Amino acid sequence: MRDVAIVAFAQSDHRRRTDECSEVDMVMPVLHSVLAQTGLRTSDIGFTCSGSSDYLAGRAFSFTMTLDGVGAWPPISESHVEMDGAWALYEAWVKLLTGEADTALVYSYGKSSPGSVRDVLTRQLDPYYVAPLWPDSVALAALQAQALIDAGETDEPALAGVAARSRGDAAGNPHAQLPGPRPQGDYLVRPLRTGDCPPISDGAAAVVLAAGDRARALCQRPAWIRGMDHRIEAHSLGVRDLTDSPSARLAAERAGAFERPVDTAELHAPFTSQEVVLRKALRLGDGVRVNPSGGALAANTVMAAGLVRLGEAAARIQRGESDRALAHATSGPCLQQNLVAVLEGEAQ
Amino acid sequence: MSNQPANHRGAAGKEPVAVVGIGQTHHVAARHDVSIAGLVREAAQRALSDAELTWADIDAVVIGKAPDFFEGLMMPELYLADALGAVGKPMMRVHTAGSVGGSTALVASNLVASRVHRTVLTLAFEKQSESNAMWGLSLPVPFQQPLLAGAGGFFAPHVRAYMRRAGAPDTVGSLVAYKDRRNALKNPYAHLHEKDITLEKVQASPMLWDPIRYSETCPSSDGACAMVLTDRTGAARSPRPPAWMHGGAMRSEPTLFAGKDFVSPQAGKDCAADVYRQAGITDPRREIDAVEMYVPFSWYEPMWLENLGFAAEREGWKLTESGATELDGDLPVNPSGGVLSTNPIGASGMIRFAEAALQVRGAAGEHQVDGARKALGHAYGGGSQFFSMWLVGAEPPTG
Repeated sequence: MRDVAIVAFAQSDHRRRTDECSEVDMVMPVLHSVLAQTGLRTSDIGFTCSGSSDYLAGRAFSFTMTLDGVGAWPPISESHVEMDGAWALYEAWVKLLTGEADTALVYSYGKSSPGSVRDVLTRQLDPYYVAPLWPDSVALAALQAQALIDAGETDEPALAGVAARSRGDAAGNPHAQLPGPRPQGDYLVRPLRTGDCPPISDGAAAVVLAAGDRARALCQRPAWIRGMDHRIEAHSLGVRDLTDSPSARLAAERAGAFERPVDTAELHAPFTSQEVVLRKALRLGDGVRVNPSGGALAANTVMAAGLVRLGEAAARIQRGESDRALAHATSGPCLQQNLVAVLEGEAQ
Repeated sequence: MSNQPANHRGAAGKEPVAVVGIGQTHHVAARHDVSIAGLVREAAQRALSDAELTWADIDAVVIGKAPDFFEGLMMPELYLADALGAVGKPMMRVHTAGSVGGSTALVASNLVASRVHRTVLTLAFEKQSESNAMWGLSLPVPFQQPLLAGAGGFFAPHVRAYMRRAGAPDTVGSLVAYKDRRNALKNPYAHLHEKDITLEKVQASPMLWDPIRYSETCPSSDGACAMVLTDRTGAARSPRPPAWMHGGAMRSEPTLFAGKDFVSPQAGKDCAADVYRQAGITDPRREIDAVEMYVPFSWYEPMWLENLGFAAEREGWKLTESGATELDGDLPVNPSGGVLSTNPIGASGMIRFAEAALQVRGAAGEHQVDGARKALGHAYGGGSQFFSMWLVGAEPPTG
């Protein structure tokens, strides 16, 4: 299998509202930044892939506008997933593995502020039996949190601890939306308090991938992708054990995560309770540094938060703060779909 | 470095990709008898039956469709995981506008070519009756020109530009529609079966977006198309002859910019050139036996004949007029009846890819092109800005 690495990562500041700019305005600086880090221009890139959601943008074919921001002229080899950018990165990784390209640009973005993201996400649910009831993403996460508490896997103070640790770590992340301690607040949907829930965020992220010697030429310490896999579970919550995540475990196994311990994990866990589920499924011990960036509790740009996890893990390897990291992305209600990548830096 | 593929070293290292199963639904205006899950499962089950495989033989699922607003469902693959046997497997969702059916098949083929997976189910669908595609495309966006209520209003001026540039007589469009609708009569899965179609009826149909008449326009369909793609080992076990992928590519360019050629976009030319290079095609007109081309409005046949290198610039309409693109001509275009006869938008591109594969497998039934050995599947989308194509052959690729 060809060696492919993340060689550059950029993200916007994640903010509660960005009324003054369009998605294109938001994406352009991030694209420019990630290309500047490598010295590449759009015309040098072998394959481009993006992730976004028409429902967040409020219009069909919304990604055609952001493609204009890439500057796709002369024409480029390009594709798009209607998923988190982590899956766009997966598509690009596979493309590089075929040998058809040596470099790839991956980006994703989302603006949740123009609407009510809790309402919007209900449109992901089974359209005939569930969506008409409009159960929202916080209510569904609360079901999962209560199932964990009932199973004795966690309790409310422990969840508060996850929130405090994440936002404390986010104080060191200039792009985070909620840096530093925040009050746990009142119940939003029992047993979840405001502090257990992610902020509503607008933002964008971009990554450059490169294969073999191209990666070494573009980056001092590339974050090599040693394995990557993703798995989906049944949609209906009634047939799933909400206290576990078999799809995350299987993806981690297929990505080689259990072959040797990791030192860092960037988990896409928008709710404190989901970190509890993922730590168990991914067998992360207390020695693993979990979400040093602050994670999705400090900034949760829907459609980019997963790609940000891959980028944050890679950046940590590039800075020499990690040698082997696990990066995770999720999609769907209550962790229905999960992606896991294992990243490594060569010995320094 | 340019944006060309790395070199032949990389290409030679790829696993050959074979199509061993093809399934589609009967396409109709409204499938009131099935849910979206029921619709996609029907196509997938037919593809598995064709390959004589079961759900357990599938390693991953790659699904595509056009905008979520067409059904009013956000990321429907989440809800469809169960219906497509994807639970416990990888499942991806591709969306590249009208070219998506083709792009989805190409993303699936890369999973096999890279040896990440051995056998992959790929599927594309649209259930347009659940919503209204024209208004799904026409949501108002501030500071931007609207798409003029659906796609016809956007494309009609570009057809006009073609007619003027090429000096084409205004009868050519109706010839294409008459041909495709007659071909559809031989395809049991096609949506429109106009048994009493005549050229005069096409020419007498109402003008919708001048110069595009009602009968020169694609219908609005419910439907799905699925394929099973596999590696060399999987192909060896196939009960029926596989179609082999000889080349595949995607190209994109911006929607609007000064100098964009809407009549013959550069992205389409580049995409075709990349596919021909991979497949070793130097003279597409002679070497390709059948073409399944994305023609939602009749005039796009002569336009794409030029864009894809089958005719010189301004000469495409002459090829159409000569009868070469008829089912019994020497370059049959859309033997299945094409998008003009069947248009579940998100699936339309994959149907083109699948029908090309059926031709080289010799499995196209009444609309089979005699002796087809190499066939091109073509899709485009957005404002003529996204292209995806593949070339399939009856023999495995060499090298």
